[in-house]
Amino acid sequence: MNAYVLIKMAPDPVEELEISNDGKSLDSEFLRYKCGDPDEHAIEQALLLKEKYGGKVTVVAIDAPEVDDVLFTALAKGVDRAVKILKDQTKLGSIATASLLASFFKSGNAEITPDTLIMPGSQAIDDVEGETSAYLAEFLGLPYIGVVSGVSIIDGKARVIKEFRSGIRGEYEVDLPAVVGIQSAEKPPRYVPVAKVRAVMKTAKIETVDLPEPEKEKALEIERMYKPEVAGRAQIIEGSTQEIAAKLAEIFAERGII
Amino acid sequence: MNHNILVLIDYLKGSVAEISYEMLGIARKIADSSGGKVYAFVAGKAAKTVATNFGAADEVFVIDDPECERLADDIIIEALKNLVQEKQVSLVFIGNTNISFGIGARLSARVKMPFVNWVREIKSVDGQLVVTSAQAGGKILCDIKLPDGKGIIGILSGSFPPDAGKIQKQPVITEIPKPEVKTGIRFKSLIEPKAGDIDITRMDVLVSVGRGIQTPDNIPLAEELANALGGAVSASRPVVDQGWLPLTRQVGKSGMTVSPKLYLALGISGAPEHYEGMKGSKLIVAINTDPKAPIFDFAHYGAVVDCLELIEPLKEEILKRKK
Repeated sequence: MNAYVLIKMAPDPVEELEISNDGKSLDSEFLRYKCGDPDEHAIEQALLLKEKYGGKVTVVAIDAPEVDDVLFTALAKGVDRAVKILKDQTKLGSIATASLLASFFKSGNAEITPDTLIMPGSQAIDDVEGETSAYLAEFLGLPYIGVVSGVSIIDGKARVIKEFRSGIRGEYEVDLPAVVGIQSAEKPPRYVPVAKVRAVMKTAKIETVDLPEPEKEKALEIERMYKPEVAGRAQIIEGSTQEIAAKLAEIFAERGII
Repeated sequence: MNHNILVLIDYLKGSVAEISYEMLGIARKIADSSGGKVYAFVAGKAAKTVATNFGAADEVFVIDDPECERLADDIIIEALKNLVQEKQVSLVFIGNTNISFGIGARLSARVKMPFVNWVREIKSVDGQLVVTSAQAGGKILCDIKLPDGKGIIGILSGSFPPDAGKIQKQPVITEIPKPEVKTGIRFKSLIEPKAGDIDITRMDVLVSVGRGIQTPDNIPLAEELANALGGAVSASRPVVDQGWLPLTRQVGKSGMTVSPKLYLALGISGAPEHYEGMKGSKLIVAINTDPKAPIFDFAHYGAVVDCLELIEPLKEEILKRKK
């Protein structure tokens, strides 16, 4: 099995997000980037497949703040190869990202073999389309399935579990090569000690690839970016934990819950 | 301009997701004010039977496949593409759901219409359609003008009133043949959630834990609190992904939809995917250290405090009152 995991760095939503002066974009000065949970799970799923069926795992990312740390961590976890595409991820929308990744696969740097599984995290949260991996599949002419939480290989084809709703899932057979968007791996992402990552930083190398600028698509124009006005803000209970506990118990009693 | 709108019905296993009616309702409103038509498309086993529910549409197109619970997305995309072209559709509404995930982007690439996802508002400004997309888990909103008034719109569940889409009228139902397309993806079977665990959809009280619970060792503390309240423990996605609680306890888009009398959220930020699963709760109380966590925007009561410090005193206060 020849697996490619695609990483996309996105602003950490736990941090405070500020709008820049143009009122149309995020103020990048204050942004902290991290790789999304689904991307972490995609790395884990690829490593699980390698352990089970053999083969090779390559992690691919477009340059962005903190991306080297993510790539070295992936190498420390057991990924075979880490590649960084030398373009600024933070300036690219979904379609441009997908188009750049498609050109990467066509550039000779990453062969799509008959046993290839391209596994991006299912969804990034920071652009208006948010379905980069579906565009990528379309540009490469490959089968696509997203929101996947389990992959195995049977007779040279992938068997994947896709999440629907209310805990109901569907099992699908997927011809390879294919793009399979990972929501969560069969196991929680493995932990790797910082010391091991540091050691890998000294010995392993991140390959870099330069590609032509992706074609400028007719991008959607953001008229205005702003923070939501809060309509029904919660009534905040102040005080010590003891006071808060007492007040909450009172509310529960008033409502007949206890 | 006239807006002919095509709505992809979110349908699985005989059940139509509420978002379908939200989409039909807003589609009806836009079509009526612009002089256009509303078309609905539904595919799957017994799709013809459910099509009668979509009276908000002028015409419902159906692919009824008695053999297959869920058609391959390639077939659905091809059918949508044909309808967009034949019916001069300017807007396609697709639910931002797991079931429809990926269809918007791929249809967009094929019909050369822009795709905007996570849309929670659609308005007309100076005769032009402007959609509002929620980014970064709802922390940021973007207003986007649709070029030429055309677009494929991924709609966030809970954005529009579903009742507006439930119109008691017999729509024109047209069965269409399954498009012949090559697909590398074949549906095999449905997997139902494992029975045997507590059914969180039937509980009156849920103590729901998120990342703020920090380690699996703290789950028993939440369980004690839930016991004191006569309820059960549920969770947001990260907790289930870590394997700390089974999938049957997950609340949200992929997990269960719950509507208890009390939903006590401990260390849950309140991303839209989570909100979707618990918005029907009668009383929502949020405990989170981040005063800007989105959950405070829709909780009734909140406290900005570490949930781990509150669990024990709250349990004691509850037990004291019950005596």
